[in-house]
Amino acid sequence: MPSSKDNSERKGRLRLRIGQVVLLAAIFALWHVLTSPTLLPPIYFSEPNQAAFFFGEPLKVLERLWRWFVSGDIYEHLWVTLIETLLAFLIGTVFGVIIGLWLALAPTASAILDPYIKALNAMPRVVLAPIFFVWFGLGIASKVALGVTLVFFIVFFNVYQGVREVSPVVLANARMLGAGPRQLLRHVYVPSAMSWVFASLHNSVGLAFVGAVVGEYLGSAKGVGYLILQAEGFFDMNTVVAGIVLLTAFALILDWVVGIAEKRLMVWQPRSSETERT
Amino acid sequence: MTAASALALENIDCTFASREDASQRYTAVRGTTLRVAEGEFVSVVGPTGCGKSTLLNVAAGLLQPSSGSVEVFGERLAGINSRAGYMFQAEALMPWRNTIENVAAGLDFRGVGREEGAARAGDWLKRVGLAGFERRFPHQLSGGMRKRVALAQILILNPQILLMDEPFSALDIQTRQLMENELLELWGADRKSVVFITHDLEEAISLSDRVVVLSAGPESRPIGDYAIDLPRPRDVAEIRLAPRFIEIHAKIWRTMKEEVLKGYAQQQRQ
Repeated sequence: MPSSKDNSERKGRLRLRIGQVVLLAAIFALWHVLTSPTLLPPIYFSEPNQAAFFFGEPLKVLERLWRWFVSGDIYEHLWVTLIETLLAFLIGTVFGVIIGLWLALAPTASAILDPYIKALNAMPRVVLAPIFFVWFGLGIASKVALGVTLVFFIVFFNVYQGVREVSPVVLANARMLGAGPRQLLRHVYVPSAMSWVFASLHNSVGLAFVGAVVGEYLGSAKGVGYLILQAEGFFDMNTVVAGIVLLTAFALILDWVVGIAEKRLMVWQPRSSETERT
Repeated sequence: MTAASALALENIDCTFASREDASQRYTAVRGTTLRVAEGEFVSVVGPTGCGKSTLLNVAAGLLQPSSGSVEVFGERLAGINSRAGYMFQAEALMPWRNTIENVAAGLDFRGVGREEGAARAGDWLKRVGLAGFERRFPHQLSGGMRKRVALAQILILNPQILLMDEPFSALDIQTRQLMENELLELWGADRKSVVFITHDLEEAISLSDRVVVLSAGPESRPIGDYAIDLPRPRDVAEIRLAPRFIEIHAKIWRTMKEEVLKGYAQQQRQ
């Protein structure tokens, strides 16, 4: 039954969307006005072109993006960066889940490893990049390795925490119902840790991109990070900004995919203020 | 002892060492013996914090007593008590399984096929009055419904002993009496041995064949053992008005009152 409440809710959501689009347009307009050499007299900069030099111009950024896709030049680089990101994301997540489960269920091992894990986590892991270049060369592998070190710890700590927070009553109940150690792992620990895993995945999507792009900055011949670095060498601010916009868009898409997977797998979770829908 | 009891806790001691300071010890239960005959419904009452749940965990095999032995149908218990079903006070359903998957969980763990498990779980859901709620998740059910699911989850495995730890204490009084009557009806069908923990004396008397009173903790032990000779079948709401009920209640309460006051003082001190 389409009640009036549903309608007003939809209207409210529409208004939010409009607001968001208007804000985006306003930012572009402001950016355009402030950087255009002809629209405003130079207030801060001595020369009219300097604002555009430092901040780029929105229309040129869009034109850059457009030309990348029309000419097809971008696909090769985008493909490399996305592959690096996805591999780092997947490998880091799988290792994080496995090692998180293992250490959470093996108290002695976790007690022994505890200070080392803390040290590895505290270390600024981007400094490992030069080592990875030596080990894995300048191709994809070194970027994936860098991304894995970033993603792994986030997922690992969340799984570890998630297993620790399993309700002791649910655990005791499953044991009383006859679950053996393997079944406890599969039917109690893993599902209980899943909500923590998904929370961590949203964070680690961004970090997988960081690993890929920083790796490309430091040494590569392909990828969006490489393009940005090249453009910076020519002081081509428009291309730099276009690269940033592109990476942001793809990070958002990946995050959205994680969100969809979460919604499908976590149907059992109570959402706030959920009411019966019959 | 003549015939082997369904469940026999003999001379149980349970001492816990404090986690911060191992020299700090707390003895929850001392020298407790509790025997439950086959088909007998025994309630254990006592003030809060008297180690009732500790005793039940020992009977379930979830907790090793510091000393003493547990026998189940004459056999010494080692590990989890597989002949017992345990109904917990807190929420114990797996929140990621829907109603029917929760009820079928025990069958699932025992390697019963998915389809057969679902069919039998469906039957049990009907028996506890939850037909039509198969696909709901625990958070979508009311407290009383969740208790019914928990009951079905245990009874589907047909345990010979039921251990119940204040299972209905979180429910409102009407729902609670409804659940108590349903429990009596299900129990009456095949007379399992039941150990029912509660702090509510009226609940204990109206359900049981026998009521055991525990002293206030620490070092609690049974201080009274009363046979309840009220006729069955009973209606828990009506039987509370019977003169014999009031007589028994008064008699047990005389023993219990002092312990309740002690238990209360204990809690105030902490």
